[in-house]
Amino acid sequence: MSDPKMAPMPAVKAEGSGLSGWLPRLQPFVAVLLGLSLGLAVTALAGESPWLVLKVLVQSSVGTAYDLGMTLFYATPLIFTGLSVAIAFQAGLFNIGAEGQLAFGALAAAAMGILVPGAPAWIAPVLGVFAAIAGGALWGFIPGYLRARRGSHEVINTIMLNFVAAGLTSWVTLYLLRSEDSQNPETKSVGAGYLLSHWTSVFGDAPLSLAFVLALLAAMAMGFFLWRTTAGFELRAVGQNESAARAAGIDAAKVRILAMVLAGGLAGMVGVAEVMGNAGKFRMNFSPDYGFIGIAVALLGRNRPLGVVGAALLFGALQKGTGALDFETEHVTRELSSIIQALVILSVSAEGLWTWMRERKKGAQA
Amino acid sequence: MSFDSVMDLLASTLRVSTPLLFAALGGLVSERSGVVNIALEGMMIVGALAAAVLTHATGSPWLGWGAAAGAGMVLAAIYGLSVIRLRADQIVAGTAINLLAAGSAPFVCKVLYGATGQTPALELSQRLGESPLILAFVCVAVVALWLRSTASGLWLRVAGEHPQALSTAGVGVVRVRWAAVLLSGVLAGWGGATLSISLSSAFSRGMTGGRGFMALAALIFGKWKPVPTAAACLLFGLADALQIRLQGVVLWGTEPVPVQFIQILPYAVTILVLAGFVGQARAPSALGRPFDT
Repeated sequence: MSDPKMAPMPAVKAEGSGLSGWLPRLQPFVAVLLGLSLGLAVTALAGESPWLVLKVLVQSSVGTAYDLGMTLFYATPLIFTGLSVAIAFQAGLFNIGAEGQLAFGALAAAAMGILVPGAPAWIAPVLGVFAAIAGGALWGFIPGYLRARRGSHEVINTIMLNFVAAGLTSWVTLYLLRSEDSQNPETKSVGAGYLLSHWTSVFGDAPLSLAFVLALLAAMAMGFFLWRTTAGFELRAVGQNESAARAAGIDAAKVRILAMVLAGGLAGMVGVAEVMGNAGKFRMNFSPDYGFIGIAVALLGRNRPLGVVGAALLFGALQKGTGALDFETEHVTRELSSIIQALVILSVSAEGLWTWMRERKKGAQA
Repeated sequence: MSFDSVMDLLASTLRVSTPLLFAALGGLVSERSGVVNIALEGMMIVGALAAAVLTHATGSPWLGWGAAAGAGMVLAAIYGLSVIRLRADQIVAGTAINLLAAGSAPFVCKVLYGATGQTPALELSQRLGESPLILAFVCVAVVALWLRSTASGLWLRVAGEHPQALSTAGVGVVRVRWAAVLLSGVLAGWGGATLSISLSSAFSRGMTGGRGFMALAALIFGKWKPVPTAAACLLFGLADALQIRLQGVVLWGTEPVPVQFIQILPYAVTILVLAGFVGQARAPSALGRPFDT
């Protein structure tokens, strides 16, 4: 913080709330219960039976193999964006830019599939994945570079870059890659070799593909990187105590850039799930705020890969489940998922709440 | 361009700047007191919704205007509770507040009107005309004078720069910040109300369209000072008005003008300013730091 230009912002804590004992481990579960109960209380206010809502939520998220497939399908992009936010958190950075990074990743994957449509089926998916990662990584590099070399805060920059990405991807879609025979703002279709096949024999019509496995692999790779490699150690060191890391000879600026590039690449892989696993093209505004929900996923997963996967599965189920509320209930809409997610974030981040609980626990013991 | 079309462009610049002016002022008050506010977008959404609902119910746009202030303040109170009282991370909580508002609005519409998309249309006579525009400029002047020339304005600034000093002087930092956050809710709520009952005749989802974030950009571009921030809002408003006018217009060649490049301009210049490529912006020193009494 010695740079005078640096806007001071909240110090990001990489490791949950800093409390010790069982409470931190329990915190996400309590937060989910709290958020879910408050959300259901809201539905009761709207004149709907919370039990009915809960039943619909559970049934339509895991009731049939198709529902389960859809839940996993919705969870896939959330795993990627959750990991993206989490790896930045681990380096002490706040990535609000996953939304822009995933748009760039998806557009890059689509562009690759459109410009090299005839790539043979054994290499095409590799090209597509590579393009998605590169597109996202580029969009993550910019705020990483600006933070490390120009001292401007990544929170503001990533927010602004989300809008810049929306404008640029819209321009590329409408002016360079536009589909002639579609009324929708979307690009042409990618070559057939890029499309990942769906597991129809198990999950029916759910567009679940290899992208889900890639998400799990990405989580494992991130865990290995952070806790088993030197570069990963350096990244966490910078996140936990920058001056100590510097004193130990770690180039904090370089680490920050690397963290944002990795965060961008992870978010960019949403493009694999969307373009190659689902739509076969880039559709403008395809993301229902995956990038922002990724923040909730990372927080709830305490910035650890396994936690992120768990939180993403939960929020995927929530997204699938609330989708059914529109027609299964009178008053409750699919937006209940945003409300519950917001309430979960608020509970999980309310530092004072957890301190208070800890003190009460101490008081009870005394 | 003829004289008429220039005047036309200026008039529409003023119109589209009005919501930005309110929201950016709201952000300014909050951030100068040391509380980051990326929840402006959410506060605008609830303001826009409350104004449309109450105006439709009562037929009085000024009651709607009051409701927008109330709704913005309620959301700001939830935000204040988490970041001031419960010391939640301000960026995290701000993101949650935005999600909460975006999710609640269609829900409320569905409960009240049976449709998630929007509120029923208001008649022209029920809408506020140019009054919000005038009010916005009044607010800019009032906030500028308040910060510069009054004791409480000084407290606000010190709460954001040296909270410890303010506390030593016997003024409660927490109380100053609470007041600032609630006021920012009122102002941002009015920004939303301008959209729903002055510039259009209903609330519709997605109507704020990121204006809360553009207001944040204007605040940074205006270096956290009232008059430059207002100027930034007008500049961004001009870009917006220009981009609306140029949509589909063929100026050269055969292709219409790519308005996307005008759309991204406000955000791009903010990044450049913040990186010190164009001028320099310095945030309040204690911005984002919780204060422990």
